[in-house]
Amino acid sequence: MRVVRLASETDFDGWRAAARALRPEAAAPADVLWTVDGGQASLFPAQAPQARTAGEGGFKVSRAFVDLAGRVALHRSPARFDLLYRLLWRLDATPRLLEIASDPDVALALDMQSQVNRAAHKMKAFVRFREVEAAEGAEAFVAWFEPAHRVTEATAPFFVRRFSNMAFSILTPDVCAHWDRQALSFTPGADPADAPTGDDLEAYWRTYYASTFNPARLRTATMVREMPKRYWRNLPEASLIPEMTRAAGDRTTQMVETAPSEPARRIVRAALRVSRDAPFDGAAPSSLEAVTAGVDACRRCPLWRDATQGVAGEGPARARLMIVGEQPGDQEDLAGRPFVGPAGQVFDQALAAAGVPRREAYVTNAVKHFKHELRGKRRIHKTPEAPEIEACRWWLDAERRLVRPRVIVALGATAARAVLGKAAPISKVRGQVLQLQDQAQAVVTWHPSYLLRVPDAEAKARAEGQFIEDLKLAWALAGEG
Amino acid sequence: MAVLDLKQKLSILADAAKYDASCASSGAGKRDSQGGKGVGSTEGMGICHAYTPDGRCVSLLKILLTNYCIYDCAYCVNRVSSNTPRARFKVQEVVDLTLGLYKRNYIEGLFLSSGIIRNSDYTMEAMVAVARSLRADHDFRGYIHLKLIPEASVELTNQAALYADRVSINVELPRDESLAAFAPEKDAGVIRKAMGAVRLGIEAGKEPARKTRPPKYAPAGQSTQMIIGADGARDGEILARSSTLYGNYGLRRVYYSAFSPIPDVAKSLPAQRPPLMREHRLYQADWLMRFYGFETAEIIAPGEDLDLAIDPKLAWALRHREDFPVDVNIASRERLLRVPGLGTRSVDRMLAARKLTRLSLADVKRLARNLEKLKPFVTASDWSPGALTDRVDLRDRFAPPPEQLSLF
Repeated sequence: MRVVRLASETDFDGWRAAARALRPEAAAPADVLWTVDGGQASLFPAQAPQARTAGEGGFKVSRAFVDLAGRVALHRSPARFDLLYRLLWRLDATPRLLEIASDPDVALALDMQSQVNRAAHKMKAFVRFREVEAAEGAEAFVAWFEPAHRVTEATAPFFVRRFSNMAFSILTPDVCAHWDRQALSFTPGADPADAPTGDDLEAYWRTYYASTFNPARLRTATMVREMPKRYWRNLPEASLIPEMTRAAGDRTTQMVETAPSEPARRIVRAALRVSRDAPFDGAAPSSLEAVTAGVDACRRCPLWRDATQGVAGEGPARARLMIVGEQPGDQEDLAGRPFVGPAGQVFDQALAAAGVPRREAYVTNAVKHFKHELRGKRRIHKTPEAPEIEACRWWLDAERRLVRPRVIVALGATAARAVLGKAAPISKVRGQVLQLQDQAQAVVTWHPSYLLRVPDAEAKARAEGQFIEDLKLAWALAGEG
Repeated sequence: MAVLDLKQKLSILADAAKYDASCASSGAGKRDSQGGKGVGSTEGMGICHAYTPDGRCVSLLKILLTNYCIYDCAYCVNRVSSNTPRARFKVQEVVDLTLGLYKRNYIEGLFLSSGIIRNSDYTMEAMVAVARSLRADHDFRGYIHLKLIPEASVELTNQAALYADRVSINVELPRDESLAAFAPEKDAGVIRKAMGAVRLGIEAGKEPARKTRPPKYAPAGQSTQMIIGADGARDGEILARSSTLYGNYGLRRVYYSAFSPIPDVAKSLPAQRPPLMREHRLYQADWLMRFYGFETAEIIAPGEDLDLAIDPKLAWALRHREDFPVDVNIASRERLLRVPGLGTRSVDRMLAARKLTRLSLADVKRLARNLEKLKPFVTASDWSPGALTDRVDLRDRFAPPPEQLSLF
């Protein structure tokens, strides 16, 4: 039997040195006894194996094992060092042992690791500082804390990062951590009597704690699971819990059973003044502002429900050229403006190439709300169907009536249908000048998002050229006479 | 009226803020107080500094700047027509309280909301002033969550998002029609537009093309809250609305808040005990949509409610028994994620372990927490559920007797 005496409960380096020495000697786990001396010696002198330097023993372990072992060593279980040595032993025969989380030893180590991690997390949560006297202009705080596992040294750097500009000490029964705004140091464990007994702000914290509690939602089991009772004696708010819990039932019953009170008269009057959105199918809008407002409140088809807003057209109220797209896309729906997304960029480039100043054209869409479906968390464009196009023509017609453009460019099949009043295959009508009933002329061309989708480079270049030519044609027509 | 001291104000304004479910302090990325002159850090993971007997986490100082409000939302304790006691913090008071509580390690930061006083911009400006003072005057690097007022100007919204880690706007109710009925001053369209503007702001802040990195725009994203049980919306409708919100505005979270009794209720919305189990099931379903690859329609149809007695994943499995049992030694990750009782972590460990060994039922037990729940749905090297998968009384084995439900 080999006996290893480690210098302290958290002497992981001592464990590593001893394990590194024992392992090449083929000391089986069952023949090694791990103890903590608390004194200075790291290995029992009589049987001390010869320590070797790293690599000399001819074995290496993965970073993952060292990380896991470092955490498990902080566990309060007396069996932890034995377990770690057993794992180290077994890694020889099964180098990928740690990946078998179902193995009893690995499962136990992983459990212990997660308990240590949880103890560290709870330390970050439940340390409660109390202010102590400090030199003029400086602040100093002291906390008493009892961690579930020996995580104080490992967790102290968290508090340094968070409170680097205030001096603090965290006293625990195992070890105490001190930060003086320059360096982190540790001293042996302390006694609760060494810690300050109160802080003026604790009363405010207790007030907050009691007020943020909703008695109608009593669920003490969840509270105890997340804030185990072992921590309560050092939490200034915890002494309120029994009374809060006891009174919760009565408080809830009272809220449920008390009859509603009469609202004040002025409130009733004010409520009557509130008028909701005007009906969408009232009189036809007589200004573009009315179109914008109406589109946003429109309920003529169900597309409004999943969209952010209705997107009306924009441009000069007397534009000679009107350009009609299909519908707003993802970006247009968020921004509330037509053609600002990816297709909008293609559109802008084509306009520039055709010499058409966008600010002189009235740019709008056949359908004013974004039709889409969800694919995971992404919104995927869906082509509007006939009933939606028909419902929304009411608005496009209003825009045409108010702007009275000489030429209307319809981008894509949806726009063509809305402008012409009937379905028209783009490949047949594209590039022609069509006469409309309201004396305007129409030019039908590709939709810019079609140009984004053409896979074949040659076909794409041809379509882009046609798109620019069609815009030029429309602009020339709009400028005549 | 008697002058309120700070403790009384804190009591009133914390009480008034507690119906907002969100208390998350996660997702802000890493930063700390080193090299600065103040306090504060965020390291990605949120920290709950306490739990109240309602089982809720206390992470942030969650208060209203004031609970005076010109709006009359029937579900809200602070509506203008309520006779609740009123209070108003000064900007400096909130700043001092936040820093004082933070230095004692009671909180991760501040969650500031407010009733609407005078008008939206006036109120939003005061909230921004608190955040600005914390960040600029005190170099505070802890977490700040600001509730945005949808009607406030874009400039103020943008300022708020530059100081805050997270911003949120509550959609309040699952149906636009209910919002019109119960919150006459609020407008669902305005709320959606404000959320859309925040998404555009967040995305613009992430543009890599810019040389000088702009201050981060709401690095922990945006969230929202829906009150459950105040209107007639069914669970299917609620979850469909959630998916839309996640998709439209890139939300980090949709919070479901069981409609809770409040002191001094409105006539139009009588008090009732909060549907806590329903809220819990909605969160589980939400989780399935976000992390387990479930589409809303798979979980529930629009006109239906979730089964209160069993969780939605188990309910799905019971409806799709033809897909089970699943062999833990060969099934894909997607299929394993659909097994009741298996979480993402268990599944990932299972996939790693089975490359090196054949998994027995005892192995599965060490990898998953709840063996009884998953036994009917898996096969392992030494286990086959046989007829168990198709037993008609399978649901009854998991559903607690009815009277237990009310205890939850």
